[in-house]
Amino acid sequence: MALTVPKKLSYPFTAEKIVPLRAGQFVLLSGLLYTARDRMHKYLFDGGKSPVDLTNSAIYHCGPVVIRKDNQWIVRAAGPTTSLREEPYLPRIITDHGIRVVIGKGSMGKMTEQACMAGGCVYLHAVGGAAQVLAGRVTAVKEVYFGSEFGPAEAMWVLEVQDFPAIVAIDSRGRSLMKKVQAASRSQWRQLIADAPFEA
Amino acid sequence: MKKHALWEASLFELIRRTSVDLPADVEHSLRRAYKSEKKGSRARWVFETILENVQKARENDAPICQDTGSLIFYFQVPLGFDTNFLIAATRMAVARATRLGYLRQNTIDSLTGESCATNIANGAPTFYFEQCARTTVDVYLLMKGGGCENVGRQYSLPCEELDAGRDLDGVRRCILDAVVTAQGNGCAPGVLGVCIGGDRATSYECSKAQFLRKLDDRSPVKVLGRLEERILKESRQLGIGPMGFGGNTALLGVKIGALSRLPASFFVTISYMCWAFRRRGVLLSARGGFKKWH
Repeated sequence: MALTVPKKLSYPFTAEKIVPLRAGQFVLLSGLLYTARDRMHKYLFDGGKSPVDLTNSAIYHCGPVVIRKDNQWIVRAAGPTTSLREEPYLPRIITDHGIRVVIGKGSMGKMTEQACMAGGCVYLHAVGGAAQVLAGRVTAVKEVYFGSEFGPAEAMWVLEVQDFPAIVAIDSRGRSLMKKVQAASRSQWRQLIADAPFEA
Repeated sequence: MKKHALWEASLFELIRRTSVDLPADVEHSLRRAYKSEKKGSRARWVFETILENVQKARENDAPICQDTGSLIFYFQVPLGFDTNFLIAATRMAVARATRLGYLRQNTIDSLTGESCATNIANGAPTFYFEQCARTTVDVYLLMKGGGCENVGRQYSLPCEELDAGRDLDGVRRCILDAVVTAQGNGCAPGVLGVCIGGDRATSYECSKAQFLRKLDDRSPVKVLGRLEERILKESRQLGIGPMGFGGNTALLGVKIGALSRLPASFFVTISYMCWAFRRRGVLLSARGGFKKWH
């Protein structure tokens, strides 16, 4: 479970950069990220048009705290949100839009693994709750789409980042870092409950 | 209006501080967990990031986590105190904290999907009041994010699937199952608030009220104290680790309470609090002036 030397990646996230990544690897991303969460996923899944070309892009499951000051957007907090909620929508979106990198948190299901394999895409896990560390890697807010329709937490923010840290959780061969942990912990659970029962 | 102002200022400060400053007992526990993970491991890196984040939130005077969560206020007030007035003052403070970015616009109309600009809506925030023979007011605030709220679970004993009977070992099986099912998804390492008994609603309420306890305390009910300790110890053997990346630390604490139940019902309810365990308490005078932090 050792942490690897960080692999630096920059936008655009082409197949040559992304396909060789392996589950468990530590990466630092630079360039553009597009935030997208529940409403944006449903919208794209239902065939809504993306305001930007998402080919070779990275989407970030994040609903930031952003305030407007002196005519500028300021990101006050920007950690990942739970990605599993997007499991029904994400695979189609990856395929339809040629997305190469999905950043979020938590485990994902089989459909996302398959979409990663088919599309040469990876799912990256950022540290959940690390809203300040991650907001600190945002160098600029370039644009916001669907701000009034979806509200600020659900809008698509175009963020420029420098050395945004994450771990490859699912690679483009469909291998999953967390799946191994999950299987091992369930078998450990079986042993624990077979242990001496708790006596009142 | 002037009467509101002092209350609003004190409650605003409570919200601000809860959002940006993790309690000392939680930070201490995170530091200890960091040391318990292997050097150079992914788990250790997660804790490094977490501890840096805690520090930065304080320095930047900005939310520890962007999901500023459901706001749950627990008030202890003198007998006959005007609680409607307190609700009004708290709402004003919440609206200001939202405007200033200490809280995210985090309240959604469940029917229309519209985002609420003030975080004041039907059912938000949540208030609990207790009247006591006293002259001062205690206010505790919990901010609980949606990611960890989603991994909470309620079991009904007996539970065939877990081979869990209507006894404390059955309870243990449920709690450990909840930890394994949650994996890292509630932003592990988390803290469990558990209630044994109650009805479906009161059991969840009681499980959340456990989060008012300090991490280093132990249930005054001896048998529950032993159960808390055992589950915490066993959770370390699951290998889940922070974020579910593998490692020693799946939980920072286990807090168990109990309510009476009906003969037919036996609920075990587990609320999960993420590592960004935002909890603050403050003592205020009967006029709303600040006296001290708890």
